[in-house]
Amino acid sequence: MLNQQVLQMLWPALWETLYMVAGSVFFGHLFGIPLGVLVVVTSPGHILPNRLVHRVAGVIVNIGRSIPFIILMVAIIPFTRWVVGTSIGTTAAIVPLSVAAVPYVARLVETALHEVDMGVIEAAQSMGATPWQVIYKVLLPESLPSLVLGVTITTISLVSYSAMAGAIGAGGLGDLAIRFGYQRFRGDVMLYTVVVLVVLVQVIQMLGNFIARRVDHRHPQS
Amino acid sequence: MLHGNGFLNHRGNGFASGGLPMLRLENVHKTYGRGAGQVQALRGVSIDVMPGEIFGIIGLSGAGKSTLIRCINLLERPQSGRVYIDGVDVTDFKGKALRTVRRHIGMVFQHFNLLTNRTALANVTFPMEIVGVPRQERERRALELLEFVGLRAKAHRYPAELSGGEKQRVGIARALATEPRILLCDEPTSALDPETTTSFLNLLKDINRRLGLTIVMVTHQMHVVRAVCGRVAVLDQGRVAELGTVSQVFDAPRTEAARRLVKEAAVGA
Repeated sequence: MLNQQVLQMLWPALWETLYMVAGSVFFGHLFGIPLGVLVVVTSPGHILPNRLVHRVAGVIVNIGRSIPFIILMVAIIPFTRWVVGTSIGTTAAIVPLSVAAVPYVARLVETALHEVDMGVIEAAQSMGATPWQVIYKVLLPESLPSLVLGVTITTISLVSYSAMAGAIGAGGLGDLAIRFGYQRFRGDVMLYTVVVLVVLVQVIQMLGNFIARRVDHRHPQS
Repeated sequence: MLHGNGFLNHRGNGFASGGLPMLRLENVHKTYGRGAGQVQALRGVSIDVMPGEIFGIIGLSGAGKSTLIRCINLLERPQSGRVYIDGVDVTDFKGKALRTVRRHIGMVFQHFNLLTNRTALANVTFPMEIVGVPRQERERRALELLEFVGLRAKAHRYPAELSGGEKQRVGIARALATEPRILLCDEPTSALDPETTTSFLNLLKDINRRLGLTIVMVTHQMHVVRAVCGRVAVLDQGRVAELGTVSQVFDAPRTEAARRLVKEAAVGA
């Protein structure tokens, strides 16, 4: 049953998960949004067409997207150690999670920005907008609803990635499920962990949908 | 760069330039693509538009009209030929100089191209934001402009909540926000119904009269040209087939291209 002992394990594990996810969502977007914007604006016929930059940025995104997270996590241990001083623990796990999130975010940003009507971009250019103004006054605000949904998708993916980070002693719900639920045959711990994860993902998705709807003015409000 | 030529100095009354054209296109060529798939959109177009006039550019689809109007504010760059705005050769302008020129040329589009996540008011303040007009000043002016186009009551609506005609009025208000010398209209009535078209054209005439604004309008609708334009150029396969006053061109067309347009309009009416 859901006793005091299980709760005492679930609670800190939940916070560890939230900490890892929040950290990597932040850093993933800090670097992923500019990368995605770069891929879009340098594409042919866009505001700053540049074949070389477009290709290079695209390749970076593809490479990042094709490395399985579990391998990436181990492969960049030296980098993680250089950034946070250690490669073990919850904070250390934010590094590989963020690195994995960057190309993921970049791809979602790319898709979202490509939805923006070229006519609107052209209108801004005809008013004498600088490329930078087109980016932060047209591209990003116009695709905001899609961007919000993108953040939601990324956050949910990171919840599941963070479970794998348990492999480097990161803690969190996934780690708890493996160490207690699976390895110590605590079926109840396994069950409750999964329930908490399901609820967590539901809440994130609902929140994302709600915000995306609130910022979307592309259709008449009914 | 522009200041010496008076582009930024005198405002309002477009006739200040005297006998000089507000806009001059000189032998403009534009080609898309390469090799077998190459399309020659413009093959040597020369047009002078005088200050304060409403100049029409008419032609069937594919005649190069949109390319031509987009060459004026250099959204398209001609392969050869020159573009003069108020006497200044702007053809090779880039970066800051180009943006300065563009800020003095308003543009209205067939599909309005309003920002969907901004209200009507915020769409009109947008070009002023770009130039750095202080917030209060730009909101005051935007409300004035919305009043002028008859949309003051819908200032806080989003484009999705407006009709086509209302969106185009917001488009006009936006285009006027930076007090342009020239207004470019790219098929502005093609997405509007006949009634809305009439009231839009009246607004355009009003603007021309009250602000002395030079207007260049591209359209395939002959009745639109008849209603507002003083002079018109008939564009056919990337060339000016005929150029003159509206009555000259439409009542006594001298070329096959112009005759075809007149005939088509008669059938369509």
